Amino acid sequence: MTQAEIKLCSLLLQEHFGEIVEKIGTYLIRTGTQPLRMIISDTGLLLDQVKKALCVLIQHNLVTYQLQKRGFVEYEAQCKRVLRILRYPRYIYTAKTLYNDTGELIVEELLLNGKMTMSAVVRKVADRLTETMEDGKTMDYADVSNTFVRLADTHFVQRCPLVPETPESPDAPPPPAPTLVINEKDMYVVPRLNLVGKGKRRRSCDEEENGEHKAKKQKQDGESSEPPPDDGIYWQVNIDRFHQHFRDQGIVSAVANRMDQIFRSLPAGYNIVKQVLDQYLTLLADDPLEFVGKSGDSGGGMYTVNLHKALASLATATLESIVEERFGSRCARIFRLLLRKKHLEQKQVEDFAMIPAKEAKDMLYKMLSENFVSLQEIPKTPDHAPSRTFYLYTVNVLSSARMLLHRCYKSVANLMERRQYETKENKRLLEKSQRVEAILASMQATGAEDAQLQEIEEMITAPERQQLETLKRNVNKIDASENQVDETIFVLESFIESTVKKP
Amino acid sequence: MAGSGRGRGRAAFTFDIEAIGFTKGAALPDVVCKPPPPFPSTDNKPVPLKTGEDEDYMLALKQDLRGTMKKMPYFLAVEEDREAIERYSKKYQDSEKEHATWTPDWRRLPREMKPKKKTKKAGAKPKKAKSSEPKSNLDVLKKIEELEKKDDEEEKSEDEKDKTKDKEGEDDEEAEEPEEYDEEEHEEENDYISSYFEDGDDFGAGSDDNMDEATY
Repeated sequence: MTQAEIKLCSLLLQEHFGEIVEKIGTYLIRTGTQPLRMIISDTGLLLDQVKKALCVLIQHNLVTYQLQKRGFVEYEAQCKRVLRILRYPRYIYTAKTLYNDTGELIVEELLLNGKMTMSAVVRKVADRLTETMEDGKTMDYADVSNTFVRLADTHFVQRCPLVPETPESPDAPPPPAPTLVINEKDMYVVPRLNLVGKGKRRRSCDEEENGEHKAKKQKQDGESSEPPPDDGIYWQVNIDRFHQHFRDQGIVSAVANRMDQIFRSLPAGYNIVKQVLDQYLTLLADDPLEFVGKSGDSGGGMYTVNLHKALASLATATLESIVEERFGSRCARIFRLLLRKKHLEQKQVEDFAMIPAKEAKDMLYKMLSENFVSLQEIPKTPDHAPSRTFYLYTVNVLSSARMLLHRCYKSVANLMERRQYETKENKRLLEKSQRVEAILASMQATGAEDAQLQEIEEMITAPERQQLETLKRNVNKIDASENQVDETIFVLESFIESTVKKP
Repeated sequence: MAGSGRGRGRAAFTFDIEAIGFTKGAALPDVVCKPPPPFPSTDNKPVPLKTGEDEDYMLALKQDLRGTMKKMPYFLAVEEDREAIERYSKKYQDSEKEHATWTPDWRRLPREMKPKKKTKKAGAKPKKAKSSEPKSNLDVLKKIEELEKKDDEEEKSEDEKDKTKDKEGEDDEEAEEPEEYDEEEHEEENDYISSYFEDGDDFGAGSDDNMDEATY
C-alpha cells in the first residue's frame, strides 16, 4: 500500500467511524495481518475498544479474519475496500436511477450497516418511506420485498458467506472462529419470507392507537426478540456489480459521443431495420477505437465488445485530457503524437508536431519531469556511450496511469483535510447556528410570534451569516471535487485492473 | 579525448548535447538548487467542476451519509471531557443516540471478540444454584471437582498465554466458567493472580481485640 492510499484510508475511516476505528484500521493496513494481542499491544488501546472496533470493521466488510492452523485468529484489513467508501454516494444514486427510491434506500441501508438480514432491511426501508409519505399512507412490505428481490436477481446485492451448520457434537469444542462459506449458486437466492406488514411512522401518536391496539403493538415489538425466519442470512452490496455497471455506462457514453449524429437519428426502441443495424455495426467495428470487434462471418458475423481496449481508450482519453489541462494544448498535441507514434526522437517530435524546437524541448522536459513522458535509451554500441545512443521519448500508458492514480489518492486526501480544516476553523460559528436553529424549531413548534422568531434569528449577525455562506459554498465545492476525482479514480483503476488480470 | 578535460573553464558533457536538442553554445537552463515550491502558480487554471442534477444529488447524498454515519452506533468516538457549563440548549439537541449500542451476530465472529461478562461471584452463584437444582448431590460434587481442576488449568494457561495463543481446548475452558477469573486476569494483564494473595485473618477488623494492652 502506498503512503497516499494509507493516508486516504485513514481519513475515510476517521470521518465515518471515529478515531478508535481509524487507529486500528490504519494499523492493520500498515502492518498487514495481525492477531488480536498484537493489535492491542501495538496500538496501545484498551482491549474493550479494540474488540468493539474490530467488530465494527468486520461488520462493514473492511476487515476479514482467518483461523490459523495453530489455533489463533488473524485479522486483515482490506485497503481497497476502505477506499470504496468514497464511492458510496455513486452506488446509492445508481440504485435510485435503476430502482427508484425504494432501491435507493435499500442500498443505502445496506451500505450504512455493512450487512443486514432481508427482513431487517425491508422493515427499515418501509418505515423510512412511510415517513416521507403523506399522512395516512404507509408503505407495504411487499413492495419493498419485490424491489429487494429484483436487486438480488440483477446481482446488485448478494448474500454474505454463511456460518457452516456443523453437526454439533457436544464433546467437540467449537472452533475459536467460524469459517464462513458461500456457495456460488446460493449467492443470490432470496429466502422465502412471508413478510407481511406496513411501514410504521416514528411519531408516537398514530391514528390507530387506542387501548387494545397498543397491547397488540407491544406484542409485535416483543416478537422481534424472537429470531426472524431468515436469521443468519445476511446480505451485502455487491460492489463489483456496480462497477460493471459504471464501466458499461462509461463505454456506452464514449461510443455515443463518437457516433453523435448517428445516435441522434436512431429510433428510440429496438426496432431497427436489419440493414441499418448492419451498417452501424460495421461502422463500429471499423472504427479506429476498436471497441467493437468482428470475428468471422458465420451467421452474419459475430460482434464483440473488446472491453480491454475500451477501458484502455477511456484511460488514455483521461490522460490526454489531464495533460491538456495541466500543460496546455501544445503539450497535449505532443502527448497525443507520442501516443500514436510510440517512440520519437527529439528532432522528430519537433517536425511532426510543427512546434519550434525550443518550445518543444521545454514542453518535453516539463512532461518528463512530471513523469508523463519517459526516455528510452537505445544504444548503438555495446558500451552505451551517451554520444552514440538514441534517446527516444515515449509514453508508457500503464505507468502513467499508475502515477496519476497515486496522484488522485493524494488529491482526495488533500481535499478531505482541507474540508476538515475549514469546518474546524468555523466550529464555533457552526455550533452557534445549530443552536439557533434548534431554538427556532422548538419555538415554532410551540407556536411563537414572528417578532420573537426574528429576534432569535438576529442572534446571528450579518457578517456571521456571510461567513457561514462562504463556508457552505467551500465545503460543497470540496465535496463535489471529491466525487469527481473519484470518477477519475474509477476509470484509472478499472484500466489498471484489466491489465493485471489474465483474460 | 574530446571533453575529458575542462575546456576553457566550461564544463563539457560526455554525450553529444545536440541529441537532446541544445544547439552548440546556447544557454543551458538554470541549475535547480532546491525542491519545487509546494504551491506553484499555475498558468492553466483547473477546469470548473461538473454541475447538474446528478452531481447535486450525489453531493447531497455524500453530506447526508457523512452526517448519518456520525450518528450510527458504529461510530466509536473518543469520550471528550464534559462541558464545564451545562447548556440549556443541550435539551433541544440530539443528545443521546437512540440505539447507543449495537450487538453483532456473535456466531459470525471469532469467539475472542465477545466481551466476557463481568459477572462476579454473585452472578456465578445463581447460575450454579439453578443448574444444581435438578442435579443430584453426586453431580454437585463432581462439578466442584471440575471447577477446582479448571482453576488450576486457568493459572497454567495464564503463563503460556504470552508465548503462544491458546490451543482449542484451553480456549474453550476460558470462555466458560469461571468467567470472573478470566475477566480480571486478562484485562488487567498483571502478574498477580488474585488467588495467591489471601487476606490473612489479622487483616482489617481483627486486630482490635487486644487493644487494652499497650504496644511497644
